[in-house]
Amino acid sequence: MSVATTANYLNAEKGIKSWLFTLDHKRIGLMYLFAVMTSFFLGGVFALLIRLELLHPGQDFFTADTYNQLFTLHGAVMIFLFIIPAIPAALGNFVLPLMLGAKDVAFPRLNLASFYIYVVGALFALYSIVAGAVDTGWTFYTPYSTTTSTSVISMTMGAFILGFSSIFTGVNFIATIHKMRAPGMTWFKMPLMVWALYATSIIQVLATPVLGITLLLLVIERTVGIGIFDPAMGGDPVLFQHFFWFYSHPAVYIMVLPGMGIISELVATFSKKKIFGYKLIAYSSLGIALISFLVWGHHMFTSGQSEFSSMVFSFLTFFVGIPSGIKMFNWLATMYKGRITFEAPMLYTIAFMFLFAIGGFTGIMLGAISIDIHMHDTYFVVAHFHYTMMGGTVIAFLGGLHYWWPKIWGRMYNEKLARVAWAFIFVGFNVTFFTQFFLGAQGMPRRYYNYLDQYQPLHMYSTYGSWMLGVGFLIMAYYLIYSIYKGPKAPNNPWGALSMEWQTTSPPIQHNFEDQPVLEHEPYDYDTRMVVNDELIKKEDVKEKEDINV
Amino acid sequence: MEQHNTATPHVLPLSLYFTVAGTLFVLTGITVAVSFVHFGEFNIIVAMLIATVKASLVALYFMHLKYDNKLFMAVFLSSLIFLGLFLTLTMTDTMHRGDIDPIKEHPIKKEAIIYDK
Repeated sequence: MSVATTANYLNAEKGIKSWLFTLDHKRIGLMYLFAVMTSFFLGGVFALLIRLELLHPGQDFFTADTYNQLFTLHGAVMIFLFIIPAIPAALGNFVLPLMLGAKDVAFPRLNLASFYIYVVGALFALYSIVAGAVDTGWTFYTPYSTTTSTSVISMTMGAFILGFSSIFTGVNFIATIHKMRAPGMTWFKMPLMVWALYATSIIQVLATPVLGITLLLLVIERTVGIGIFDPAMGGDPVLFQHFFWFYSHPAVYIMVLPGMGIISELVATFSKKKIFGYKLIAYSSLGIALISFLVWGHHMFTSGQSEFSSMVFSFLTFFVGIPSGIKMFNWLATMYKGRITFEAPMLYTIAFMFLFAIGGFTGIMLGAISIDIHMHDTYFVVAHFHYTMMGGTVIAFLGGLHYWWPKIWGRMYNEKLARVAWAFIFVGFNVTFFTQFFLGAQGMPRRYYNYLDQYQPLHMYSTYGSWMLGVGFLIMAYYLIYSIYKGPKAPNNPWGALSMEWQTTSPPIQHNFEDQPVLEHEPYDYDTRMVVNDELIKKEDVKEKEDINV
Repeated sequence: MEQHNTATPHVLPLSLYFTVAGTLFVLTGITVAVSFVHFGEFNIIVAMLIATVKASLVALYFMHLKYDNKLFMAVFLSSLIFLGLFLTLTMTDTMHRGDIDPIKEHPIKKEAIIYDK
């Protein structure tokens, strides 16, 4: 299966036990990758079924109740099981110690525990699907979630347990980044992906406990009826929304920040240029993490919260645009006059910039109360967050997956097929979701299985787009799985990148590096260094040689 | 090497523990005494002030926060700041519901039952 010639982490130990009890961050990362991809597939199937029902107005394939369950499961599975752990726990687990020049994460056992807790949480979620799938939407708003007869408790317990897995990963990464950097790697010589993972970890540790409290309160409310969210007993249903979004708004940055970290790596590597504004990109990650805690009320403009509160939250929301804009302009400035090549990871990087710009701008629009009152709960919101979550995070995840794929497996994927799949995904995504901006602006509400005839053309385009997306992902699944078994052997540094993970073999040996690596150059020193056939060359030396030859 | 630093135990004189414990008892007494005096709106503020001083004493001396790595102090304080943030911003909602639209202040009659169980 793996490249048999050299010993590496894939073939160092054999047998199912060596995987199940492994403490190797690379193997745990791979197990996570397998788990999140399975969840992604499941969530994707739910999405295709939703779009299928919406192809025609009226009831076609599912009843209204089944439809409610489908969109709830699509949301809950994609958010809790896929997108939150996708980049930090799967890719991040694999690359973080490699990027730091470390042997492993700080707490390998905690790392494995986090994976098994994830599995237990996922089992709870799966059980809830069998035992009468939830129909509340992934947000579990009261009072409906305390009264519906579906299995709210097992799904919320699933999310509660998954929260612990997320916290463990966060704690682990913070300790790793503080304590295990290679000699010479000061804070401002770390790759930007590490900064992004650091900011993400802080949010995971600070915000996730609040989700735990919220979901526990919901369970207690359902079972015992303490009345904290029940106005008849002096409670307040809007309080649930405050609780919920205090976690869940920062959580959207748990999703997108590591994606931005990946983009920072990719844009420098494939432009072969020193990253523009390193410190500002690093600080803006922390800035986003901080501001993310101050804006949750913009989800609640129509909930009945006070006008004063809406004003404060709307005002604060606009601040998120600043660090995001800083990143975007720095990436563009990095590309400017770079020597850009368009391999699949770079294609995803460019797609990210297009899609996240649209997602971000529409987010600012929705942050304005006057517009939000009209757009709230329409497809405009659906389109907006798919542009940020899928157009942003998932696209960045795919870019990172292709970028590190040769490092993970020691095999190259088929570049031509990768570009074809990228085209399907990029076009399919826009066909699916850009139409939804129009649908929303025309007043199509979200979460309905039926609609007026006038919306049908746009709904049809959206559904056709979802099929294109499906085809794109099928092609990707084919060439990625094929490459694991039959792909050509990957060099150690196929992209000519300068960060530390490329200095070891592909796939890495069990302990990552032969000796403790020492930082000799910064991760983006493309102005002074280049990599030719896995060999690091100083550009001055090349120049001198050329001068002698002349 | 760094592990060495953090592992060094810090021994405090027993008298200090008794002093702190005594202060806590005195403060408890004050809390009880104060409950017989009516400050109106300030009742809760006075009670919370005394409780905060007591909690700080416990955290600083009994839990060694004062002598430990300053990072722990930062972590402890940031958790309090985040709790404060949550309460403050939520109160911009709950304290101002009736400002413009009086119906928002009491949207549902007390007797109303929205949970049909």
